[in-house]
Amino acid sequence: MADDLLVVEDLQKYFPITRGIIFQKQVAAVQAVDGISFSVKAGETLGVVGESGCGKSTMARCIMRLLDPTGGKVVFDGRDITNLSRAQMRPIRREMMMIFQDPYASLNARKRVGFIVAEALEVHKLGTDAEVKRRVQELLEVVGLNPEHYNRFPHEFSGGQRQRIGVARALAVNPKLIVCDEPVSALDVSVQAQILNLLKDLQEDFGLTYVFIAHDLNVVRHISDRVMVMYLGKVVELAERDRIYAEPKHPYTGALLSAVPIPNPEAGRLRKPVVLEGDVPSPINPPSACRFHPRCPRFHEGHCDVEEPPLYSFSNGHVAACHYPLERWPLTAEEFRTSRDGPTKAKATAEAEA
Amino acid sequence: MFRYLVRRILWAVVLFVAVTMVSFVIFFIVPVEPARLIAGPQAPPDAVERAKKAYHLDDPVWKQYLRFMKTLVVDGSLGKSLATRQRVNDVVRAAAPVTISLVIGGAILWMLVAVPIGILSALKPRSLLDRAAMVFVLVGISAHPVWIGLILSYFVGYKLQLTPLGGYCDLINPSTDCGGPIDWFHSMILPWITFMLLFSALYVRMIRANVLETLNEDYVRTARAKGAPESQVMRSHVLRNALLPVVTMLGMDIGLALGGAIFTETVFGLPGLGKVAVEALTGFDLPIVMGITVFATLAIIVFNLAVDLLYAVIDPRIRLS
Amino acid sequence: MALLEVNDLKTYFRTDDGIVKAVDGVSFEVEKGQTLGIVGESGSGKSVTCLTIMGLNAKRNTITSGTAAFRGEDLLKMNSRRLRDIRGNDIAMIFQDPMTSLNPVHTIGKQLVEAILLHRDVTKSQARGRALELLKAVGIPRAERRVDDYPHQFSGGMRQRVMIAMALVNDPDLLIADEPTTALDVTTQAQILELMNRLQREFGSAIIIITHDLGVVAETADDVVVMYAARIAEHGPVDEIFKRPHHPYTWGLLGSLPRLDTDTERLVQIPGQPPSLLNPPSGCRFHPRCPYVMNVCKQEEPELKQVSGGHDHLQRCWLDETTKDREAAKLLHGDMAEAAS
Repeated sequence: MADDLLVVEDLQKYFPITRGIIFQKQVAAVQAVDGISFSVKAGETLGVVGESGCGKSTMARCIMRLLDPTGGKVVFDGRDITNLSRAQMRPIRREMMMIFQDPYASLNARKRVGFIVAEALEVHKLGTDAEVKRRVQELLEVVGLNPEHYNRFPHEFSGGQRQRIGVARALAVNPKLIVCDEPVSALDVSVQAQILNLLKDLQEDFGLTYVFIAHDLNVVRHISDRVMVMYLGKVVELAERDRIYAEPKHPYTGALLSAVPIPNPEAGRLRKPVVLEGDVPSPINPPSACRFHPRCPRFHEGHCDVEEPPLYSFSNGHVAACHYPLERWPLTAEEFRTSRDGPTKAKATAEAEA
Repeated sequence: MFRYLVRRILWAVVLFVAVTMVSFVIFFIVPVEPARLIAGPQAPPDAVERAKKAYHLDDPVWKQYLRFMKTLVVDGSLGKSLATRQRVNDVVRAAAPVTISLVIGGAILWMLVAVPIGILSALKPRSLLDRAAMVFVLVGISAHPVWIGLILSYFVGYKLQLTPLGGYCDLINPSTDCGGPIDWFHSMILPWITFMLLFSALYVRMIRANVLETLNEDYVRTARAKGAPESQVMRSHVLRNALLPVVTMLGMDIGLALGGAIFTETVFGLPGLGKVAVEALTGFDLPIVMGITVFATLAIIVFNLAVDLLYAVIDPRIRLS
Repeated sequence: MALLEVNDLKTYFRTDDGIVKAVDGVSFEVEKGQTLGIVGESGSGKSVTCLTIMGLNAKRNTITSGTAAFRGEDLLKMNSRRLRDIRGNDIAMIFQDPMTSLNPVHTIGKQLVEAILLHRDVTKSQARGRALELLKAVGIPRAERRVDDYPHQFSGGMRQRVMIAMALVNDPDLLIADEPTTALDVTTQAQILELMNRLQREFGSAIIIITHDLGVVAETADDVVVMYAARIAEHGPVDEIFKRPHHPYTWGLLGSLPRLDTDTERLVQIPGQPPSLLNPPSGCRFHPRCPYVMNVCKQEEPELKQVSGGHDHLQRCWLDETTKDREAAKLLHGDMAEAAS
């Protein structure tokens, strides 16, 4: 599509596990990301949701080429960046930046804030010293910090302020895409709101595109245009934000939604979460066919454990990888467990479409 | 586990070869004629030539090295001293027990001192005890063993006449004019104290740091929340975890020290590996140097391996991964 | 008499920079079988309050005052032996991070048995039997085999279940849970909360749950204490706190939550950050961040007062009741209007 800023096709990232006495031989692999495809339009925010072990952080690093994919394709701004060399990636790195989760660990404690924010500018040689300094002060102001604090060290700031520094750092080179890897998870609720509002404002002011990764469904809903749900290295559902929260199709999405506590005592007491059994399986040895089948309340033996569900396409670009998708939402626990219709008649798509 | 063990052993072999090779080669960079040593300083040139031939000293370095390794591995022999013509095996066999007594005895002593002081300092940080311990640490680390040895010899040995000034008394087979356990103990006290001071200082610091850190761990808080008395918390939760790393350090340090506690042996005139090594080095007596190097390397490798295995046994996180 | 009555609890820490007033006059009650939720952000004093009740603060450089009466006996003045009798037995505590709260070099069986043997005069095998019983009750699959496993062989959710088992093994009357699900995934959190609710019904224990997650509080608590800067800002039954909150901080907390059931363009932001506990602000501690600040707020700290028409609902704010009711309604109706549209 013409205005897709980022297109990911069949992205795969395996981490090898080796054994051997003298010569290491690969015997298995952690299948962190196992063939995911999606695209992000310029100016939109794609929320990525999933729990630990789903591969969302690995995916983020592959997109940014901080890790090298073991398979698949990453196309950024029309250019295939999957296999570019370090030197070739350099100019492209200006266009894609990342904000990290831990505001305490992601800033170099020995460097002053001015240096931290300016570093990317210096690396890409964007401006004289004076221009760089001015830009940094400008950025500090944009993110709501005092530009006079240019010379302070990270430990002199609170968690929320440090995260703002991280945002300023990401903005410095005017990137097109910012990948936010759980940027508010480590912050208090009141500070979280500040950062979310800031990110939204900046997106409008600077025409940014976000890939926003979080495990908190509430946060993702607030900031995303479309939402992608990941489980054990695969995409299980992708749709426009309102559709996914109003009418999830994949049982895992449904379980996630029903598990979120609601800050409303009446509704909360009535809520009966679909509680999943067991733990997320290991990505070294993922379940066959549909990865969710061992924990799925709707599991159909003979089908779900034999044939891997493709991403079936529902209306309006809503895709879900389930043979027996949820009929509607909300469902009672009983309805959740039994799918009354047979296997879905929806058609499969090879790729998620915008 | 088995794979791990095999891999470690193979690496140990590689390490052994590398160390001996480097030691051997270094010797040849030194511009001295071993042949002259053998023949004697006064010898005429043809005597030197004969010595050279007899000891194959005109062969290229790598050939001499291979011959050395062959003799070592196949015959189990480390050759003969160039100066005294004694079998190196015998020299090492005579000197080793001295060093071993010094090191093992010293290790026991330093642990007996360091563990309680380290733990108590951690339990009462910034108290008088803790500050005194830190002064002790400072002195122990800064003072040179030779200085400590001489001071102790002078005051305790000479002035107070409590211990002999030097020399070694065999524990089992009396070879000199003193012998037997009591004499042995008597002659080793000052050397032990001299040797252990540095290590006990280091270990006090390390144990104190480990215990302080462990005291702050969440699982210690859980133990207290269960209602465990402080003694049980210390025994079962704090010390068990805090002293784990100390075990590994201990193994490595002992292995290292077995290579020759040179300063202490020199000050007290103990005929251990360190003293023998120093003499051999100044006399350019290659076979003895190589012999001691081999022994020391083996000691370090064996101890390191033992420590790794021990750690795998006592730490379930490693054992079961 | 309530199961636990805390009165004017204060915990001060002496540090190199001065005295940090981590808890500064907190009072509440917990009834048998009820759940009290303590909500607050970092630095609010919520964890320290419970650590003080259990006597788990470091002794040096800690000054404690006030009372915490458990069944009439003051925990803060007890001798250490009596306190140890109660800990792990009548009052149990579970902590936030299940990864680090279990000793890595002992099997979980050993740690469970330790908890039992400390308070019950039984044989080791009887204790082990009881441990297995609890492991099954908390839903550890194949408990007979897993009881001899080490903590690192369990996932985060399983470890937290083990912690819960360890806490409940002696049938405590009160369970204090300090952020029990914060470090867990959402689906695991649902499992753990459901487990705790079920166990509360079965065992009848009272629970104090400390959290920053208002959703968790809404679903599990009967009464709520909102803490800010070492003091209580608002305190009341859960329905009243959520339906009729009467403190600007509570409004801020509720408004700044992104929610599934409402839609807001812009989240309510509480400007600034939590204050230093070395030098708390004068007057009302929330005043530097309060959108409704008045002059009196900067000078005098308000007392905890009853909300008229409320049932045991206390708040600490100078604003008049009408304004508060209006703002609360705005907050909630704003949400409901959005939800309806």
